[in-house]
Amino acid sequence: MKAPDRPDCCSLDGCATARRTGSHPRSPEHKRYPIPALRRLGRAFTPHKSLLYLLAARATTGCTMQGEGFLSPEGPIAAAERQLFFEVTALTLIVVVPVLVLTPWLAWRYRRGNEKAVYRPKWEFSWPLEILAWGVPVVIVSILGLMLWEKTHQLDPCRPLPSGQPPLQIQVVGLDWKWLFIYPEPGIATVNELAIPVGRPVHLTLTSDTVMQSFMVPRLAGQIYAMAGMETQLYLQADHAGVFLGENTQYNGDGFQKQKFRTLALSDADFSNWVETARQSDEQLGCDQYTRLAEKGLFPQPVLYAGTPPRLFNWIVQKYQTEPTPGCPQFTQEDKHD
Amino acid sequence: MTETAGIWHLILGNLGYDALPTYSPVAATGASVVLLGALTLAVLITWLGKWKYLWSGWLTSVDHKRIGIMYVIVSLVMLSRGVIEGVMMRTQQAVAIQSPGYLSPDHFGQLFSTHGTIMIFFMAMPFLTGLINYAMPLQIGARDVRFPLLNAISLWLTAAGAALVMVSLVLGKFSTGGWSGYPPYTEMSYQPGVGPDYWIWALTLSSIGTTLTGLNFAVTIYKERAPGMTFFRMPLFTWTALCASILMVFAMPPLTVATLLLALDRYLDMHFFTNALGGNMMNFANLFWLFGHPEVYILILPAFGVFSSVFATFSSKRLYGYTSLVYATMCIAVLSFTVWLHHFFTMGQSPTINAAFGAATMLIGIPTGVKIYDWMLTMYRGRVRFTVPLLFSLSFILLFVIGGLTGIILATPPADFMVHNTVFLVAHFHNVLIPGLLFGMIAGYQYWFPKAFGFRLNEKWGRIAVALWTSGFILAFMPLYILGMEGMPRRTQEILQLQFTPYLLVAGAGALLLLGGLISLFVQLWISVRERHENPAPLGDPWGGRSLEWATPSPPPEYNFFTLPTVQDRDAFMWMKEHDLAYQAAPHYQDILMPRNSATPLVIGVAGFFCAFGLVWHIWWMAGAGFVLAWAAVIARSFVRNTTRRIPAREVQQAHRDWLHDIAGSRPIPRDEELTTRNLGLAEITP
Repeated sequence: MKAPDRPDCCSLDGCATARRTGSHPRSPEHKRYPIPALRRLGRAFTPHKSLLYLLAARATTGCTMQGEGFLSPEGPIAAAERQLFFEVTALTLIVVVPVLVLTPWLAWRYRRGNEKAVYRPKWEFSWPLEILAWGVPVVIVSILGLMLWEKTHQLDPCRPLPSGQPPLQIQVVGLDWKWLFIYPEPGIATVNELAIPVGRPVHLTLTSDTVMQSFMVPRLAGQIYAMAGMETQLYLQADHAGVFLGENTQYNGDGFQKQKFRTLALSDADFSNWVETARQSDEQLGCDQYTRLAEKGLFPQPVLYAGTPPRLFNWIVQKYQTEPTPGCPQFTQEDKHD
Repeated sequence: MTETAGIWHLILGNLGYDALPTYSPVAATGASVVLLGALTLAVLITWLGKWKYLWSGWLTSVDHKRIGIMYVIVSLVMLSRGVIEGVMMRTQQAVAIQSPGYLSPDHFGQLFSTHGTIMIFFMAMPFLTGLINYAMPLQIGARDVRFPLLNAISLWLTAAGAALVMVSLVLGKFSTGGWSGYPPYTEMSYQPGVGPDYWIWALTLSSIGTTLTGLNFAVTIYKERAPGMTFFRMPLFTWTALCASILMVFAMPPLTVATLLLALDRYLDMHFFTNALGGNMMNFANLFWLFGHPEVYILILPAFGVFSSVFATFSSKRLYGYTSLVYATMCIAVLSFTVWLHHFFTMGQSPTINAAFGAATMLIGIPTGVKIYDWMLTMYRGRVRFTVPLLFSLSFILLFVIGGLTGIILATPPADFMVHNTVFLVAHFHNVLIPGLLFGMIAGYQYWFPKAFGFRLNEKWGRIAVALWTSGFILAFMPLYILGMEGMPRRTQEILQLQFTPYLLVAGAGALLLLGGLISLFVQLWISVRERHENPAPLGDPWGGRSLEWATPSPPPEYNFFTLPTVQDRDAFMWMKEHDLAYQAAPHYQDILMPRNSATPLVIGVAGFFCAFGLVWHIWWMAGAGFVLAWAAVIARSFVRNTTRRIPAREVQQAHRDWLHDIAGSRPIPRDEELTTRNLGLAEITP
């Protein structure tokens, strides 16, 4: 993990800069984070200055782009998917490279005007070449197919990760244009901030309270759609502490490009502190707050909620399956099925 | 006051002054360009006094050649708009890095939606339909397609859809749901405006036209082939046209159904795809992509057909592996119906389903790879000439295989989980569409232009076009692969990650080169028309062609062939040339029956446009009137008895004699002089 004090020429600070001072008129006040590392990662800078910095750093220090994608994996799923990506590429290059090499050569060697080249205008078939042209791709595709079969089952988003610890359950609700994360066990919730403990699998259950969305934290795992009235699942795990980009990749309107969130992978101690911070938050996600949250709008800064109504996630899923749509008061009283 | 308001609402539906694009100067500019363009065209035609000629020669024509040319014209106009929209989006992304840029999110949303919709339905489909329309009947030795009137109806319905999309620039806003229009985002509760309705009805018009075209082409190829032309003697372009047509017939209905069901949701408050009341958005995804995947093979197969023709002709050699290519084409056509789920691997299906569709997707790579090898082997031991069509084809091979590689990656579900909906995906499909489809279409356009118009296109500007399109594509889309792997989503109006800047700047520059490529094609056309007397090719065979379309004068007579040829070989015309049978007077000539012009297709198209426009704006009387008028035209046509005209045999004989006389008076030219003024379209037989 990079030392938080070193100015990071390739920081991902593009997403969700958290201003610590003052309160944005649209978003509620939030607690200052006690963890120094996170404070420093939240600095904001002007685009102009940072672009120069970026270019200078790349030119002088040879700083590589600290990626936010799966090429810089921070968890076993992303690492496995990256591995597969390269393996598939390498195998397919076997059939692609000959084309790239031979085509210019063929065109040049057999150009009109090159009297040295043989000319056979009626030649149109050769069994050995046919067998090669069909056979090699069949072999490659067979190998790829077997790999694909095995890896698709292995990397099924619904498949629990092997671990000594039980997975941390988090419920995710896609909204326009923000993400709500509900932690049923500690009984807290957040908007646009997903904190997870390092080294422990996390089981996400996702839905949407609006249109179809697609949840992705590329450095940890692939994406999964979130759809209203339905639950999808994703298992992921972070192997190292850090701050990773999370986003929505399924277009859902005017605020789509800003629907990013931070994933904080924290050590056990830091994670407990974070949960504690949330529990001490002034904000509660009651019915009114949720209704306002579900309206269209952006959330420039993450918010932590000290509590949520019981079975909020279930209510969000179920309300699309009952007619008439159950109103807010009902879900605090009635116990819908799991 | 309410009464007058009520009357206006009856007359105009939801149309009002707020439909005008006053919300943004960019949008207002777009609208002005459309209006000005339409006005200028009308004024120009009036000033030149060409309305009558236009009416009788083109608008009411049912000649497949004229229809083909009109399809290509529609396509080139829409290509211009589509490229401009692409450039706008690329430049927005190049400047909107932690800054709002110059396009609002809503406008950007409309742009990517119209860009995709136009490029697929109103550029690519018309382009390939136009090329097939022009060349295929000639290649099979037929006089026209089986249903000429239906052919024209398809054209005018497609044009009506294109017109609707153009009108959306002036009145109202287009959908922001992308070319795929996923609900529930496109349902009334999220998009109450006219946008998705424009999208639905433009697609419906176009898809009806395409379904009819598929029927028409398939029956033509089954029934109208010249004597001796068995299936395995058809040119590869005709084979790909046949397979594409079968795909059209089976793939368009799911789209029509999907859009109609969405329309029922929107207009009649039904719940096929809503969040609640039993709706399931996943059904739309399945229906749409059940159409959508075969659709992309409809797009690519005719391009593959063009490449087959081009490689063989410009290598002066028989096409290698004809039988393999035919079977590969058929495999691709069949397999294309088994893979649609790969467009939504991330929708939460079980891994077994994902893996099955992923494996099926990879299978398609096999016949496609075989085709590429066969084209390379066509050049092998040939005599390759670097004309513009061949240069486009070489560029295609080199670039398309990268797209194929990334396609295999995307076919692997766990890898797809990472790059789905990112610009990696955007780079992939542009990688197969631009070097694949578009270069194929442009190569076909360059290749058959002399046949259609009797003069060649300017070669220098053609080469400039190759350079600009190739370099533009590489710069505009290769960076997107990297950005996609870094997690940049598609359809993004603003980018928050600074480190993406260099890549986006390069992509922006590439877009400008692509714009240059577009402009160079128009410059080429302008110069070629101006210099048409310096590059004439009236004798019909400027390239040393191998298939039957080259066995006619340029442009061919309305009835294509003076006498129907008898086919002895796969390269029918080359065989005739080699056996001295290409330019022979016939022993006797017959009267030829050709279909008369008809205004019915144009009326149906116009009626379809007004029906759709009325539906979009809830102008119910207009929608009803358009619908009734279209069917009235069909019924009225059935009462027309005099639908054919007879061309007397002596006229045909005279025309043939004139052509043969010109042939006899010309020197057959060797391939070395192919690009000179001396090439009047008569080819020397030895290479």
